Amino acid sequence: MTHQPTIPRTTPRPSSIFDDYTLSEIRRAAATGVYDIRGAGAKRPMPHFDDLLFLGASMSRYPLEGYREACNTAVTLGDRFAEKPIELKIPITIAGMSFGSLSAQAKEALGRGASAMGTSTTTGDGGMTPEERGHSTLLVYQYLPSRYGMNPDDLRKADAIEVVVGQGAKPGGGGMLLGQKITERVAEMRTLPQGVDQRSACRHPDWTGPDDLEIKIHELREITGGHVPIYAKIGASRPYFDTALAIKAGADVVVLDGMQGGTAATQEVFIEHVGIPTLACIRPAVQALIDADMHRKVQLVVSGGIRNGADVAKCLALGADAVSIGTAALVALGDNDPRWEEDYQALGSTAGCYDDWHEGNDPAGITTQDPVLSQRLDPEAAGRRLANFLAVMTLECQTIARANGKSDVRNLEPEDLVALTVESAAMAKVPLAGTDWIPGQGGY
Amino acid sequence: MIEIDLAQTPLRQANRRLQQVAPDSNERSFVIRNPQGAHAVAAGLTDPIEVTVEGHVGFYCAGMNKEAEVKVIGHAGVGLAENMMSGRVQVTGNASESAGATGHGGLLVIAGDTSSRCGISMKGIDIVVGGSVGHMSAFMGQAGCLAVLGDAGPSLGDSLYEARLYVRGRVASLGADCKEKEMTQHHLEKLGRLLDRAKVSANPRDFRRYGSARQLYNFKIDNIGSY
Repeated sequence: MTHQPTIPRTTPRPSSIFDDYTLSEIRRAAATGVYDIRGAGAKRPMPHFDDLLFLGASMSRYPLEGYREACNTAVTLGDRFAEKPIELKIPITIAGMSFGSLSAQAKEALGRGASAMGTSTTTGDGGMTPEERGHSTLLVYQYLPSRYGMNPDDLRKADAIEVVVGQGAKPGGGGMLLGQKITERVAEMRTLPQGVDQRSACRHPDWTGPDDLEIKIHELREITGGHVPIYAKIGASRPYFDTALAIKAGADVVVLDGMQGGTAATQEVFIEHVGIPTLACIRPAVQALIDADMHRKVQLVVSGGIRNGADVAKCLALGADAVSIGTAALVALGDNDPRWEEDYQALGSTAGCYDDWHEGNDPAGITTQDPVLSQRLDPEAAGRRLANFLAVMTLECQTIARANGKSDVRNLEPEDLVALTVESAAMAKVPLAGTDWIPGQGGY
Repeated sequence: MIEIDLAQTPLRQANRRLQQVAPDSNERSFVIRNPQGAHAVAAGLTDPIEVTVEGHVGFYCAGMNKEAEVKVIGHAGVGLAENMMSGRVQVTGNASESAGATGHGGLLVIAGDTSSRCGISMKGIDIVVGGSVGHMSAFMGQAGCLAVLGDAGPSLGDSLYEARLYVRGRVASLGADCKEKEMTQHHLEKLGRLLDRAKVSANPRDFRRYGSARQLYNFKIDNIGSY
């Protein structure tokens, strides 16, 4: 009998493109026939602020003494036309998130935390609640295509108005709030039947294009007497032209939201495949402001995946005047906290990954309208956590600014930065570390 | 009757005058002359005053109106009485796109025709149009009534929620999830009262009623062709 040698088997080779997530999504789609809907922003790897480094002080730059020499963090938003611009103590604001997508407790906590730190919070696609107004010293009222709950009285209670043209998670897409979260109160505020899947329009019902927006802003100023700033929020897609057009339309402030910016609920395919990264949108927007001689006159607020003081400092160095946080603020309140791991597991997720915010079953009581779950969030304690987080971000930003010799966080500049990758160097238009090469400039 | 001449008075000043009428004042009747197509004329009014605008107006006339009665003797531009809350807005001529958009309440009466998207996302406003309405009127209409004495353009009531639509003339086509419904006695009476409020002479029995089929209220894969 001839001996048959054992043939060695090659190690099973997973596909780099048909990875576990992709395979599971194909199976899920095949089983349900429905696209995947989720909350949060883009999760795919992409160039981000971690790909930038500050140079710090050296022979030619001297630093400021930490905790001794002043480093201003205050910023004024909206002094182009408004009689009462927004005066922020820190350059970090809370992004628009609706009551409906968030519990009343979460909205209250956001207001408490932001107010404690002297910054603003923002309504969302669902109108202004008394709790939110009451707990927010500075409240920005979003003016959205749906106009849910919109009325002149609330408009006049706002400290600023943000005309939402687009959102980073879904430029060109409207809002979505599924039936599970359309409770009696939410339905009443939005004039909808209870339990319907609410689809907000993707564009405004009474204007299209920048010429119309100019007239719309004119109307809002007529209604509010021109007292408060008018922001224009755009999703990052064509940041140079959109910023230029927002300036032309008369906006006091441009809010620019990159694709890592979160949403309450949108198709996964939209979140991951439409829009451009936050890192890529800042320099074109700043260039538009410079070309219009409006840099620092029309303020730029950047949002989308900002997580710490270093991210804040990098945004400011690239030319922004302030930033806005959403997802990070929710995490500070208690979102995706491992203390609820058992509950996350029961929902088929895990702490840190939970993004089925549209289903209304958030164990942390934040992205839900469930009265029992909502009670899990103590607004005072959560507001305190948010205030702590904002304080840490501010201190981190100041630390970096002082290390680069700046007495004002907004004095940080692109010259203070280098990039770790060719891609991030090209997007941020700063040199690749250790070189003087900025891809795309000088003919290369 | 207090006169405001927009040829002499800046719009902001004129609007502030109308927005800040003292509650105990006898100033209840105003006339605006020479609007010359200005935008946002009589926008943001919140008191029960009467304002007559003599001439054509631009975008957003009587925007967000609350309590006031605004009458435009002429034509109106885009977004007439947008997001109106209550009161009454009347136009003797035609109105452009998005008349009564997102209106929460009150009565909007347009004697002539309106362009597309009349009553888009309406949330409780009642709209009576003496002439015809353009395409996509009452798109995503949530609440309130739209009564059209003339014809309706394509895709009437697309993605409708609970707004009620009445059309006397021809409907070019219905939008997704909008269907014709029976005109019951209840609806005849309701429409009759609306026409009376609008001071429009028409027989409710000449109208047909349209409303939501409620098939798109919750996502169903079998309705994929309608999304």
